[in-house]
Amino acid sequence: MDVRVSGVRKEFDRFPALHDVSLEINSGELIALLGPSGSGKTTLLRLIAGLESPTEGKVFFGDEDASLKSVQERNVGFVFQHYALFRHMTVIDNVGFGLKVRPNSSRPSSDEIRRRSSELLDFVQLSGLEKRYPAQLSGGQRQRVALARAMAIEPRILLLDEPFGALDAKVRKELRRWLREIHDKTKHTTVFVTHDQDEALELADRVVVMSQGRIEQIGTPDEVYDKPNSPFVYSFIGESSKIDVRVENGELWLADRRIGLKSDLPDGNAWLYFRPHDVALVKDSDACITGTVVASRRVGATRRVELELGGNAERIEIGISADHPAKEMSGIAFRPQHWRVFPRS
Amino acid sequence: MISNLAKAGWRFKRPSVIPGFGLTLGFTLAYLALIVLIPLTGLVWRSASLGFTGFWQIASDPRTVNALKISFGTALVAALINVVFGVIVAWVLVRYRFPGRRIIDAIVDLPFALPTAVAGIALTSLYAKNGWIGQFLEPLGIKVAFTPIGITIALIFVGLPFVVRTVQPVMEEIRKEVEEAAATLGANRFQTITRVLLPGLQPAILTGFALAFARAVGEYGSVIFIAGNLPYVSEIAPLLIVIRLEEFDYAGATAIAAIMLLLSFAMLFIINLIQAWSRRRYGYGT
Repeated sequence: MDVRVSGVRKEFDRFPALHDVSLEINSGELIALLGPSGSGKTTLLRLIAGLESPTEGKVFFGDEDASLKSVQERNVGFVFQHYALFRHMTVIDNVGFGLKVRPNSSRPSSDEIRRRSSELLDFVQLSGLEKRYPAQLSGGQRQRVALARAMAIEPRILLLDEPFGALDAKVRKELRRWLREIHDKTKHTTVFVTHDQDEALELADRVVVMSQGRIEQIGTPDEVYDKPNSPFVYSFIGESSKIDVRVENGELWLADRRIGLKSDLPDGNAWLYFRPHDVALVKDSDACITGTVVASRRVGATRRVELELGGNAERIEIGISADHPAKEMSGIAFRPQHWRVFPRS
Repeated sequence: MISNLAKAGWRFKRPSVIPGFGLTLGFTLAYLALIVLIPLTGLVWRSASLGFTGFWQIASDPRTVNALKISFGTALVAALINVVFGVIVAWVLVRYRFPGRRIIDAIVDLPFALPTAVAGIALTSLYAKNGWIGQFLEPLGIKVAFTPIGITIALIFVGLPFVVRTVQPVMEEIRKEVEEAAATLGANRFQTITRVLLPGLQPAILTGFALAFARAVGEYGSVIFIAGNLPYVSEIAPLLIVIRLEEFDYAGATAIAAIMLLLSFAMLFIINLIQAWSRRRYGYGT
């Protein structure tokens, strides 16, 4: 099921949570909404589900305007951050709930409901726990019950709010891989919310990076990591260093020195962003960035050094090979290999 | 897993970092014995002096039987009505924010504080033939004051806060997410309430019911004014006990009291069993 969010704005008591957000989700895609807290990602997810209604704009499921439909009619599977299982029902009753509350005309027989529920429990690898109550399950198991319950209604799309947020790191990794497998098998159009970039990059077909109620960038994990299109995305995803530079005649200047990088921005002040590990050391030649080492740490396979840049006492980090003899107070000259310049406004 | 839990439940709890297990347990036992157990044992002891035939004679006396029927019957009806209205009141107080909510919240506690005799007199004057409400019910052929209906109304009054105050905190704990989950699964408002919310509240509702019922069975002050106290019709068991005492028939009084004690204990015990069972299933308080 294609989902199209078009020009949606949402205010809570005049406080804007989303500004003019548009997004197209293709059928069968696994999409991550990634952003820091307060970026509006959960609000967007709830708007798609119909748990909130937009102040302006529309949500389309296929060609049909879902904004006109209630939550119940939209037929979406929603997995809540804290699972929201019905604690007075057994696992199998939780899973079958969505089928049991259907109107008589479309409700399967109780045998059929039972059969389909246990099939789903099988699918999420929980067979044998049918008679348990949610209080008797571990966090990871509850998560799976919640997912099975959402899938039982044969949803048109599957929405997950911070699906791994409440789990410990190990279970989280397992479930991450498992969710990907489930998605590949069922081909449900799936949208999940996360603030964990590793989760988004590893799991999603496309990542929607959000900040302050706006979509900053939409792209494949490679695109958002390798070609961030804004200072926010650059600093939010992966590590980044930024330097205060000046553009003059298509060249970047740091204080009174050319860096040796070109830009087609108009003259003026700008930020230079690059990945700390993506730099090449150069001889202290004419056009490069030079700095004095103020601190040096061993991080995994590389050495991370903190540099003080001559001109303006600014400190940045770069990653260099572990065997580099970087001593404190020694000088290092380098040039970023991939970078982007954003005008300072 | 369940059997493990049950087994562990019978063992003494290990002392925690906070000392004083012996002290507090000793205090609890001494306190319960002085305030509850010794008087109740005296009651049973005294009625036992009647012998079985004497006891049975009093127990099977039509006046006693009727008084017990009226006491437990009206208490049961009042507790059931309180469950319905108490849950609605709790719902309104928990779910909505409106001017005067705090005042209503405070009013709910009034039956706890008000001398019950005052409530009984006030209700009687309201529901009597010429009272504010009674005058409208009279032409419809409904007599409230001096009938079991009047008793029930008095008992509803004293029992209401028990239901509200036990259900309210549990209701506050229900996450909005649970309702939203039901909605995304296709449940309408009615199904969400009957299949998700109320079953979740069931243990609290049951506790509120038990408390309101127990309170109503023992209620005396408010009832005697509105009941009219006609033997066989609107005479409650606590009143009959007082009547027997005034006749210096102490054994008769204790016999009726012992029967009430037995019935109340049996009902509360059953309710507690249901509670424990549902607690184990749903994992409340674990």
